[in-house]
Amino acid sequence: MTPEMLSLSNSPGLFVGLMLLKLIVVFSVVMLMVAYATWCERKIIGHMQTRLGPMRTGWHGLLQPIADGIKLFFKEDIIPSQASVVPFLLAPMMILVPAIITVAVIPFGPDVTVSGLIVPLQITDLNVGVLYILAFAGLGVYGIVLAGWSSNSKYSLLGGVRASAQMISYELAAGLTIVSVFMLSETLSLREIVALQSEPLWGTFSFLPNWYVFTQPLAFFLFVITGLAEINRTPFDMPEAESELVSGFCTEYSSMKYALFFLAEYANMIVVSAIAATLFLGGWYGPLPSSLGVINLLGKIVAFMFFFIWLRATLPRVRYDQLMRMGWKVLLPLALANVVVTGFVVVLLQ
Amino acid sequence: MASIMFYLLSLILLTATLLCIFQRNPVHAVLYLVLGFFSLAIMFYLLGAPLVAAWEVIVYAGAIMVLFLFIIMMLGLAPQDRPEGPGWQRWLPFVILMAAVLACTLVIIALDPAATAQGEPYSLGPQDFGEALFGKYALAVQVVSFQLLFAAVGAYNLGRIQRGKGKP
Repeated sequence: MTPEMLSLSNSPGLFVGLMLLKLIVVFSVVMLMVAYATWCERKIIGHMQTRLGPMRTGWHGLLQPIADGIKLFFKEDIIPSQASVVPFLLAPMMILVPAIITVAVIPFGPDVTVSGLIVPLQITDLNVGVLYILAFAGLGVYGIVLAGWSSNSKYSLLGGVRASAQMISYELAAGLTIVSVFMLSETLSLREIVALQSEPLWGTFSFLPNWYVFTQPLAFFLFVITGLAEINRTPFDMPEAESELVSGFCTEYSSMKYALFFLAEYANMIVVSAIAATLFLGGWYGPLPSSLGVINLLGKIVAFMFFFIWLRATLPRVRYDQLMRMGWKVLLPLALANVVVTGFVVVLLQ
Repeated sequence: MASIMFYLLSLILLTATLLCIFQRNPVHAVLYLVLGFFSLAIMFYLLGAPLVAAWEVIVYAGAIMVLFLFIIMMLGLAPQDRPEGPGWQRWLPFVILMAAVLACTLVIIALDPAATAQGEPYSLGPQDFGEALFGKYALAVQVVSFQLLFAAVGAYNLGRIQRGKGKP
């Protein structure tokens, strides 16, 4: 007898219990990674610039994120008198929530069997999984734009305007790179996309997995660039360019509301890394055996995070017109051409 | 249950769009419209079209409305003078509507009407959607996409003339 999939109908108590457990574990891991991503960023950039980075709080500054958290918690919470209060309060939440709920569709390991029922290691498997990610990535912009608009400050407003234009431009190219992955996988469910990538490469080479980075190298390259622009990381951090806009959309924010923007930035980095790993690098599959699936996925995420931090230490910020020109005149045509070529090849091989 | 949710969401949708029309500040109007799109997306999901729901959020709420906000902020269309009365009073309908939409979403996810429907499950997958769009309705899709192309060419032409020597 083949074991059944665990669902609300065949074992409600176990389903709800395991679902809560998965939610709590995933949320805590993401939050812990966010906290230590700030520490890693300061340490890595410090060492790259021949400094030591934080050293005083704990061994090699390991308690620094906790100290920062406590400090931000006890700071005075300022709301500008001319601000539009409700959007000003809502904006930090509107940017953090979409960033965190996208993790729900990322599969983080192979199925496990609990008391004869199959439990997927994924919070939920939507049949439109990737579109769900795109939808919430699109909604994250509102947080930034509203923060910029409601602060009633010219720097914030400029940051918000820049963020909206940048996000729209790069979302198109990001969506098109994902389309070329769909054309190969013929499914939108992330669980099935990972399963397809665990086969041998092109069905022939058994020493390599069928990761889409081998079939779609251009799409992978474009996705990483557009992903960086979507989450406003250097070299695309125009909405909060310190040297010209003070701190962009979060200039007027203080205390925990500022901390929420910070959390959202790192949560977004984790999400983009997880999506890139899942779509192009096999997700939890390989190079270690599948029983260590979680470690595989975490390793790939950490590698991407290191790459993003490395870029921040290396590249200067691009100019705004360069950013727009690259988005519309280089990345978008390349992504479109990639989709067309993929379409031709898929039809020819059928 | 599904029909109660449907009428509740339609009520939210109508209220949000009416409030959108009656707002003086264009940014507030855009926010109400986004709320309307969101409840429309959930209605599509309720009707068994998760793909259309996702597109509704991606294209309308995620891209077109952000473009509207961009234009409003760039041209400084928002009124400079602050209206009378405390902020929470003006924002109360928005907060209530948003809470209602979120509550409806939660109820729909928890009950999952598509899975508990009598008889055949009526959820429409991406593949069926694509086949209908490019098979049965292929001609309509072509016509509409040509119209969009004409509109884009026309908009480009208008912009190009105005950027020249001032006269067409």
